[in-house]
Amino acid sequence: MTLIKQLSAKAWIWSFIGMVLVWLVTAIYTGGKGSADVITAALSFATFTVIVGIGQMFVITTGPGNVDLSIPSTISLSGAVAMKIMGGSDAMLIVGFLASLGCGLAVGMFNYMLIRVLRIPPIIATLSSSFLILSTAIAYGRGLKIKPPPLLADFTTAQVSGVPVLAVVIILFAVVMSVVLNRTLYGRAVLAIGQNMRAAWLAGINVERIRFMTYVLSAVLAAICGFLLSGFSGGASLNMGQEYLLASIAVVVIGGTSVAGGKANIPGIWGAAMFMFLLVTMLNTFGASAGIRLIMTGLIIVAVITIAGGDEPQR
Amino acid sequence: MTASDGTIVSLENVAKHFGAVRALDGVDLRVDPGMCLGLVGHNGAGKSTLMNALAGILAPDRGVMKVHGHDLTDRYSVAVAGQNGIRCVFQELSLCPNLTVAENARIFHPSLTGWGWKRRAGDMIAGKLDEIFPGHGIQPDDIVGDLSIGKRQMVEIARAFTVTDASLHLVILDEPTSSLDAVTSKQLLDFVRVEVDQGLSCILISHMLGEVLDYCDRIVVMKDGLVVAARAGAEFNRDTLVAAMGNVVEMEEIEEHEAREWQRGKTPVAVEAKTDTGNDWAPFIAHKGEIVGLAGLAAHGQTRMLLKIYEAAMRGRKTATVSGPVALVAGDRQTDGIFHLWSISRNIGIRSLRGMVRRGLIDPVAEAAMGREWQDRIKIKTPDMNDNILSLSGGNQQKALFARALASDAEIILMDDPMRGVDVGTKLEVYDLIRDEAEKGRTFLWYTTEMDELYNCDHTYVFRDGAIVADLTRKELSEEKVLQSSFKESA
Amino acid sequence: MLDALTSPRFLRAALPAASFAILLAAIFYVQPRAMSYFGMNLMLQYTVPIALATIAQMFIITVNDLDLSIGPFVGLTACIGATMLADTPLLGLVALAACVAAYAALGALIHLRNLPSLVVTLGMSFVWLGIAVLVLPTPGGTAPGWVKAVVGLKTPYVPYPIIAAVAIGLVVHLALMTSSYGAVLRGAGGNPRAIGRAGWSLLKIKMVMYSAAGFFGVLSGLSLIGLTSAADAHIADRYTLYAIAGVILGGGEFVGGRVSPIGAVIGAMTLTLTGSFLTFLKISPDWQIGAQGGILIIVLALRALINRREG
Repeated sequence: MTLIKQLSAKAWIWSFIGMVLVWLVTAIYTGGKGSADVITAALSFATFTVIVGIGQMFVITTGPGNVDLSIPSTISLSGAVAMKIMGGSDAMLIVGFLASLGCGLAVGMFNYMLIRVLRIPPIIATLSSSFLILSTAIAYGRGLKIKPPPLLADFTTAQVSGVPVLAVVIILFAVVMSVVLNRTLYGRAVLAIGQNMRAAWLAGINVERIRFMTYVLSAVLAAICGFLLSGFSGGASLNMGQEYLLASIAVVVIGGTSVAGGKANIPGIWGAAMFMFLLVTMLNTFGASAGIRLIMTGLIIVAVITIAGGDEPQR
Repeated sequence: MTASDGTIVSLENVAKHFGAVRALDGVDLRVDPGMCLGLVGHNGAGKSTLMNALAGILAPDRGVMKVHGHDLTDRYSVAVAGQNGIRCVFQELSLCPNLTVAENARIFHPSLTGWGWKRRAGDMIAGKLDEIFPGHGIQPDDIVGDLSIGKRQMVEIARAFTVTDASLHLVILDEPTSSLDAVTSKQLLDFVRVEVDQGLSCILISHMLGEVLDYCDRIVVMKDGLVVAARAGAEFNRDTLVAAMGNVVEMEEIEEHEAREWQRGKTPVAVEAKTDTGNDWAPFIAHKGEIVGLAGLAAHGQTRMLLKIYEAAMRGRKTATVSGPVALVAGDRQTDGIFHLWSISRNIGIRSLRGMVRRGLIDPVAEAAMGREWQDRIKIKTPDMNDNILSLSGGNQQKALFARALASDAEIILMDDPMRGVDVGTKLEVYDLIRDEAEKGRTFLWYTTEMDELYNCDHTYVFRDGAIVADLTRKELSEEKVLQSSFKESA
Repeated sequence: MLDALTSPRFLRAALPAASFAILLAAIFYVQPRAMSYFGMNLMLQYTVPIALATIAQMFIITVNDLDLSIGPFVGLTACIGATMLADTPLLGLVALAACVAAYAALGALIHLRNLPSLVVTLGMSFVWLGIAVLVLPTPGGTAPGWVKAVVGLKTPYVPYPIIAAVAIGLVVHLALMTSSYGAVLRGAGGNPRAIGRAGWSLLKIKMVMYSAAGFFGVLSGLSLIGLTSAADAHIADRYTLYAIAGVILGGGEFVGGRVSPIGAVIGAMTLTLTGSFLTFLKISPDWQIGAQGGILIIVLALRALINRREG
C-alpha cells in the first residue's frame, strides 16, 4: 500500500510544485506586490475549472476513449437557460438552479444514450451532442443580456478576508468527491471499469449503470459550473464555456489522473487548475503578447505532461 | 562445445533477474538440428523468460548465447533471431486483428515487398495452412479479427513456419495447443514431427504432459529459474515427469478423488438453461451442490452458455433460470479477470464489496481481512497481499481470481476454462477446494478443455456447434465418449 | 450474391458512399439547379482542404491517437502560405517543412514518453494558434499565384473538386492500404506489440504517420488559402472537428487501425454538402452546427444498426 500511495502521491504532487513555482516566479518578478491578490484571483477562477474538472476526471477514469467533449456547450446552455428563467430575480433563484440541473441531467442522459443505444464512441458521441447543445443554446439564448439575480452574483463573488467563499465550498465539495472516489462502491466501480471494463462486468459490477451515472455527473457538474459562472461574470454568454474544453482535460491530466483509466485523484485537479491560472497571470505580468501567451500556455501543458504525465508501462 | 558441431542454439549459464525475482538463474540449454525439445515446468519456472531470451525480446543479464556457433550475446535482438532462422509463437496472440491473414504474414517477412506482395504472402500462408491444418477453412484475405480464436492460433502457428529469404532452423512453440481442439492439436504435433524428422528443430512448451511425452525427443524440466532435469523423452513417463517438476502431489491423486459419490436430483435445481441453437439433446441442468462439466472442442458454445447464465443472473433476464447469485472465474486472466493497477487484496475483494460497506463507505479493514483469509485458504504465494496483482505468477493470479469468486456470496460459480496455462500443483490444490465448496452446497459449472478435469465433475454436458450433444454422468464419462460426441456428424 | 450484398461487412463499407449519395439526392430534390457543373463546383469547393485535413487526422487515428490540433495547424500553414510563402518562397517552404518536422517530433515524443495524444495535441493547438497569430496578427495576406492556379483548375465535365478529392483518396489508398509498408503501418494500430516483436520500429512508424499528417495538414492549409486568397489564424479552427467527423463518417474506427482513406474523403464531401443542404432548406444558421452533429449521429446510428445485425 505504501508503494501505491507513493506512486499516487507522485502523480498529483507535480501540479502543486508547478503552482508554487509559477507563483514564486511571478512574485519575484513583481517584487511581491499583489502576490496575495493573485492567489485570491486564482482561487476564484480555478473554482470553475475544478467543478468541470472533477466531472471530466470521473469520465476519463472510466477508461481509454472516455472523455466528455460536451462540457463547454453544456456550460453555455445551462447558463443561458438559468439566466432566462431567473430573469434577474432572487425569487427565482431555486427554480433557475433546478432548471440548470435539469439541463445537465438531460445532456448527460442524451450523451449516454448515444454511447449506449447507438454504440457511438464517447468522444464522437459527446462531440456530436455538443453541436446540438450549442445550437440549442444559440437559438435559445439569442441576444441574451440578462443580469444574474443579485443574490447569486453576491454569493459567487463573496470573499472573506481575501478567501473566495465559493472556492471554500468547492474545496469541501472536492473532499467529498475524493471520498466518493476512494471509499464508495460507485468510486471503486469507476476505477475497476477504467482498468478493464469486461473484467469489471464479470466481477459483478453493473458497468452500464456506473457509466450512465458518470456521464450524468459530468454533465450536471458542467451545468452547475455554467450556473455559477454566469452569476460570477454578470450574465451568460454563448462562448463562455469555450475555454473549458482544454481546461477540463488539462487539469485532469496535469493533476495526475491516468488517461489510460483506472487511476484518479482529486487534489491534483485543484493544483492543476491553480497552476493553469497562475501561469497565464505570470505571462501577463511579463507583458507577453497574445501569441506568445498562447504558445507558452500550450508548450507548458505539453512539457508538464511530458515530464509528469507519461503513463508507466502497464506490464 | 565447439563452434562447428551443428548446434543451432546453445545457452551457457544464462540469467535474467527482474528486481528480486530470479526468472532465470543460470540456465544451460542446447538445441541440435532435427530435435524436438520439450520444455516443462510450473508457472514461474522461467520457461517464458527463457523463450523471450531466445526470441531476442529480453536481453539476459549474464551468460553466453551462441547461435550456429557464433557468440551473439551482445548483439542479439528480434531481428538477429529472425536472420538466424529462429522464430517464436507466443502464448498471447501476436497477430494484428485489423489486417488480413496475408498482411499478417507480410509483417513477419521484411523482404515481402514490391509488386504482387499481397498475392505472394497469401499463397505462402495458405500453402502452409494447408500443409499443417488440412481443411482449415481460412482464406488469405480474411480479416484476422473476424476469425475464431482457434483459427487465429492456426494462422499464427502457420506463419511461424513460413519461409522467405532467411532459412528456418528453430521454431519455439509456447503452449501452441491452448486454443486448439483435439483434432487440430494433433495435426499440428504430427506436422511438427514430420518437420523435425526433416531437420528442423522445435521447442515445445506445454502444460499438456501427454503432448510433450509423445512428441519430444528430449525433455527439459525447469524449476525456479533453473534446469532441474534434461533427458531423452523416452526416459520419462508421466509420473517421473511430474516428479521432476517438483510436484508434491502426484497426478494419480486426481484419480483417487474420483470416488466422490453423487446422486443426481436429490437437491433442488440451481440452474436450468438451453442454448440458442434449439438443437439441444438435453436441457442444461445443474443441481445445488453439483459440479457440472461443459466439454467438447474449444469454442463450441460452452463460454456462451456460461455468459448466458451469468447475464440471466446479473440482469434478471428470463433466458435462463438461476436460483441464486453467481460469480465467474475467468480463464483469460488478462482480458476477463485481473485489475492490473490494484493490489491482490483489492482484486479479491471487488466481488464482495457490497458486504463491506459500513455507513455508506467501504471498510478497508474488512477488505484486508478478506485478503488475508484467502491468502491462507488458497495459498497465494506472496509476501504481502497489498502488492500489485502483477507481482504474482500466472498460477497465483488465477488463484486470486478463484478467491474472488469463492469469497463472494455466490451460490453458483461459473468457471470459464480457468486452468488454461496453470501448473499441475496449483490445479490439484484448486480441485480440492472446489470439491470442498461443492460439499458445502455450492454449485459449479465448469467449462474445461482438459479431459482430466472432467473427472472432477459429477455430470458433463458435451457441446458441439453451440448445442448440447451429450449428457454424461460421472460413470458414463470417458475420453472416448466425449470425443465421439464432439465429432459426431449431425443427422 | 444477395447474401454478399446484405452482409454487414459490405454494408459497413458501403455506408459512407450511401450516406453521401442520399444527401446529394436530397439536395438535388430540394434544389434541382444544384445538379450542374457550376452548382456542384460551388457546393463542393471546400471539399479539398477538408478532405486533406481529414486524411491528416486519419493517419493519426490509424495509430490509435487523436489530433485535436489539426484545425489550428491548418490555420498556421494557411498563414505561412499567405505571408512567407508568397513573399519569400524559399523561407516559406522551409517554414512549412519545419511544420512537418514538428509533427514528426510530436509523434516521436508521444511514442517515446508514452503520452496521451489527446492532451499533447490539445496543448499544441495553442502553440499553433500562437505562432499563427505572430505570423499574421490580423486577417490578410495573399495566397501565392501558383497555389491559386492549382486550386482553381477547371476540368471538363466533372467539377475539379470531385476529381481532386478522388485523386487524393486513391493516392492515399495506394500508399496505406495496398503497399507492403502500409500493412505494417496499419498493423501498428491493430497490435503494436506484435509489430514491435516482428522487428519493426514503432518509433519510426509513429514518426512516419505523424509526418504524413503534418504534410497533409500543410496541403490542406495551402489549398484553403488558394480558395480564400487571404488567411487568418482562426481560419480553420473548425477543421479539427470536421476532420474527426470526416474520418468517422468515412467508416474509420477510433481504435485498432481500421481506417479507409477513400471513405475519409467521402466523409469530408458529405460534411461539406451538409452545409449547402441546410442553406437550400433555408434553415437558420443557428442550427447549422447542430444539423452537422445530427447527421453524424444518424450515420453512426446506422452503423450501429449494421453492427448489431452482425451480432
